[in-house]
Amino acid sequence: MAFKIIVCAKQVPDTNVIKINPKTGTLIREGVPSILNNDDANALEEALKIKDKYPDTHITVITMGPPQANDLLFECIAMGADEGILVSDRAVGGSDTWATSNTLEAAVRKVGDFDLLWAGRQAIDGDTAQVGPQLAEKLGLPQVTYVEDFEIDDDLKNITVKRQLEDGYEVIKLQTPCMLTAIKELNEPRYMSMSGIFGEKKMTTWNAKDIEVDLNTVGLEASPTNVFRSFTPAPKGKGVILEGDTEKEIADELLVNLKEKQVI
Amino acid sequence: MNFQLTKEQEFVRKMVREFATNEVEPLAADIDKEHRFPEETVAKMAKYGMMGIPFPTEYGGAGGDEVSYAITVEELSRVCASTGVIVSAHTSLCCWPIYAYGTEEQKQKYLPDLLSGRKIGAFGLTEPNAGTDAAGQQTRAVLDGDEWVLDGAKVFITNGGYASTFVVMAMTDKKKGTHGGISSFIVEKGDPGFSIGKTEDKMGIHASSTTELIFQNCRIPKDRLLGEVGDGFKIALSTLDGGRIGIASQALGIAQGAFDVTVDYMKARKQFGKKLSQMEALQFEMADLKTRIEAARLLVYKAAFLEDQHAKYGEAAAMAKLFAAETAMKVTTKCVQFHGGYGYTADYPVERMMRDAKITEIYEGTSEVQKIVIAANTFGK
Repeated sequence: MAFKIIVCAKQVPDTNVIKINPKTGTLIREGVPSILNNDDANALEEALKIKDKYPDTHITVITMGPPQANDLLFECIAMGADEGILVSDRAVGGSDTWATSNTLEAAVRKVGDFDLLWAGRQAIDGDTAQVGPQLAEKLGLPQVTYVEDFEIDDDLKNITVKRQLEDGYEVIKLQTPCMLTAIKELNEPRYMSMSGIFGEKKMTTWNAKDIEVDLNTVGLEASPTNVFRSFTPAPKGKGVILEGDTEKEIADELLVNLKEKQVI
Repeated sequence: MNFQLTKEQEFVRKMVREFATNEVEPLAADIDKEHRFPEETVAKMAKYGMMGIPFPTEYGGAGGDEVSYAITVEELSRVCASTGVIVSAHTSLCCWPIYAYGTEEQKQKYLPDLLSGRKIGAFGLTEPNAGTDAAGQQTRAVLDGDEWVLDGAKVFITNGGYASTFVVMAMTDKKKGTHGGISSFIVEKGDPGFSIGKTEDKMGIHASSTTELIFQNCRIPKDRLLGEVGDGFKIALSTLDGGRIGIASQALGIAQGAFDVTVDYMKARKQFGKKLSQMEALQFEMADLKTRIEAARLLVYKAAFLEDQHAKYGEAAAMAKLFAAETAMKVTTKCVQFHGGYGYTADYPVERMMRDAKITEIYEGTSEVQKIVIAANTFGK
């Protein structure tokens, strides 16, 4: 029996080149390249490492997004995944984390049988880190988030992970099936390979009907999260460097300045 | 007419650019300074399938195309021209002639190791007195029973010190001259009587290994003949047609790399109270260079595209190499100029890029030889 892994991944705007429209507070998406979300690349890499060791392993990548998210599946398969599934439907557009995890839950259930579910900790565009844990809850799976180290026994059943904490880590043992979310410390994602780029690609697109999701639980309307306002924090003003020959002179200057500003 | 890259070609560029930025660029200045062949980089390129891009998977290739191969050499050369030519010489000058002219047994024997990058390939045509003028070949091969016996020497052999498989030209019948008198052979590292001579101390591409090959009563099995007896000149010329696409891609990459770092420099460097990037005279010069680079790119990709279409590409490859090499020289010279004194120091990559650019006007046929090819296609031979 092949070991089956599902990796959830998201296509995100490259935040290294992104700008925010200061008037509207929204992302300027024009001309911004889309990339495989960083933590998701770590999740896929860990799945690929299992496949390196146990070549029978089958990796399915699931993503949700517009048709151009097929590029993400292309990239994941070129890195070594076996197949990709895109869930794309206007009905699921504008989903918040709750509605997204409902959609992904339905997609995972449709894939059916699997041993391990990986996702990145969070996406660099939303930064919520909610979808992974919600998905695990809805699927009734044990979960560990913030995985920085992963080991699986040869029985492909018993797993030991290190979970990153702010001031250390926890070592947790658990068994498949389960859900794990990856952080960048977990590994160094590989590049696509040439044979992966030119090889056959098994890519499938499902719409909302295909995954038999309740349309009242997905999309913008069904999303309980409402964004009231988003804004760019104003950049800090330029600092002032006071100069003088003696410390006393500089301190005097400082006092004058503060008094002028009526701070003291 | 369609100027759009395929999805695969776009992903090749993305992949190689990431690879070049993370794995190649950080080493480029050091391996240049140390004249060190980057074996660790070659191992990584092998792992990712970059040593056998335009060959079928049945022989261990990536199943890709010439345009993707050109993009790969371009992107590598954008940060390190030495790394670019390692791939180019290996792919175009050794893997290709074995793939195109080898018997099924030869392909099965050599290609899987070469295309996977487990072994590196090289090509031996040039001699002290015979470069493009192949008729002056002094290396001879004589059939003695079941063995060919090679005697002579080759010079300026790219990858020479690190290659395991060599495609070598030798005179088998002096009377017949160039056409019919030269034959091609596959020589392996370790063959009796075959050794590597001196390593050249070059102006640029310091991290590329350029050596002599020495044959002294070098005995190789009869079945190492590549193609038929007398096919050598034809094999060499057609191999160089493809090789020129590789070198043109290298030149294109050097030009683009120098241009990109100069744009960044001009945005940061201030003189007379404003940035260089705000000075119209320099802006106009950069606009000209950018236009030239794009023209070179179109010629290079077109030549590769023609090869992919199995159309005639010899003249297109000559035009691409002529123009891209001269573009690389022109662009890097200007880029050093725009860096001022800093550009003349090894602290900035444009110094290395200008030294590296020069060779593209020389090897695999000088610019003058490319003009001979183009003229012959115009006026007849």
